[in-house]
Amino acid sequence: MTTVKMTHHLYRYFPHLENQTVTVPSGPVASVLRAVNDIAPGFTDYVLDDQGALRRHVNLAINNTLVVDRKTLSDHAPDGGTVYIFQALSGG
Amino acid sequence: MSNMILLGTRKGTVIFDRRDAGWRPRPIQHSGIPVCYATRDPRNGTLWASLDHGHWGPKLSRSRDGGDTWNEVTSLKYPEGARHIQQYLPTPDFDPEAPAGQPHYADASVYKIWNIAFGADNQPGRLYAGTIPGGLFVSDDGGDSWELNRPLWNHETRGGDLFAGEATSETFWGGTPASIDYGVFEPGIHSIVVDPRDPNHVYVAVSSAGVIETTDGGQTWTGSSHGMLMDYLPNPAVEWGHDPHFVTQCPGQPDHLWQQNHCGVFYSDDGARNWRKVSKPDLGIHFGFPIAADAQDGKTAWVVPARADSERMALDGGLFVARTTDGGHSWESFRDGLPQENAYDIVLRHGLDASGDCLCFGSTTGNVYLSEDRGETWQCLGNNLPPIYSVRFG
Repeated sequence: MTTVKMTHHLYRYFPHLENQTVTVPSGPVASVLRAVNDIAPGFTDYVLDDQGALRRHVNLAINNTLVVDRKTLSDHAPDGGTVYIFQALSGG
Repeated sequence: MSNMILLGTRKGTVIFDRRDAGWRPRPIQHSGIPVCYATRDPRNGTLWASLDHGHWGPKLSRSRDGGDTWNEVTSLKYPEGARHIQQYLPTPDFDPEAPAGQPHYADASVYKIWNIAFGADNQPGRLYAGTIPGGLFVSDDGGDSWELNRPLWNHETRGGDLFAGEATSETFWGGTPASIDYGVFEPGIHSIVVDPRDPNHVYVAVSSAGVIETTDGGQTWTGSSHGMLMDYLPNPAVEWGHDPHFVTQCPGQPDHLWQQNHCGVFYSDDGARNWRKVSKPDLGIHFGFPIAADAQDGKTAWVVPARADSERMALDGGLFVARTTDGGHSWESFRDGLPQENAYDIVLRHGLDASGDCLCFGSTTGNVYLSEDRGETWQCLGNNLPPIYSVRFG
């Protein structure tokens, strides 16, 4: 299983994810995100664009490494690993 | 007479209600989220807000209880395989096989839901949404689901049907810096006008392509920019590539259409078959973004002029509203109640609206002004709002 941790900004739109440990089956991050979407319908619309690529100002890391394949999200999240979802910060 | 004004602002939706004591704002809604357009469906009272999340993609929010509670509707999405030509310089002898003629394609994703419009009374579930990068989405179930209008997306002036393969024609659609927040430069549909006589007759306006019209419910689209001029081109009257900032229609006389264009104020009294420039540059009435048409009199319209092109703010530090009642032959300027010193506001394309004798506009400086006498005198409704993107009477 893989743990998914995310920026607290997403809790505004998916409040039931707050204060819980999100664990889903390990595998390509595309399937990891789909599994989160099963728990929180609409979740992938926030982090992926219309064609399923990672949104421009969103980043994913598997443990300490940023994912490389932002288009098809084929990077593998290993069993026992953690996927981090975070956002660019901007002002004003 | 409307008793509600909806503002789309950089920090959320602000609703003003008319009460005995005057117009009063409610606490901001969608707080902290940019709202590029907010409006009310006159058919059923549903409120709509287009959320312009910087990180999470555009979303539509809907309220069916007058704004007390809001719910997100299913995201508009371009269908799988939707592409558009992102970079391509047209050549006189287009040849998709030639290296110099090879377009650069981009997968389509919604950057901004720029405008929301409603179908006719006999189409209760019909809504339209115009996006950057230039797609018209249609819903027939009150916004629960949306579908891209493919004939417009696949129009020959955009390169043809890119779902089917390579471009078969040139694109004449340019980008708009209005999407600058995201660092993209794509076309945008900012105006959608449904003919009240015939719901199959719809105009859209695109920055930068021009005015485009369907008379068969969106199955085919033709350009309707004849008479529009781009002063900055060698041939100002070229058919495609125009930058109408906003197009609107007189509902009571639907053949009368108005547009505030990058290169002047334009007017048509024949259903957009012909446009003519009705600017008065010597009076400062030429450049701007918004325009409002009277509901009954097709010859009456209002603009909030600004100085083009490198400044884009109020002329000489003073805000004014100009009105014509004779189809643009003459204009009157009204300043009573508006700041005339040290005012540097700009009013964006959706930032002015009319309802009966009332007009309201809001600026990116966070100022809101209201007139209840057809634009002749003004009162300030607020000075400290976030930058205002849209103003619509509810």
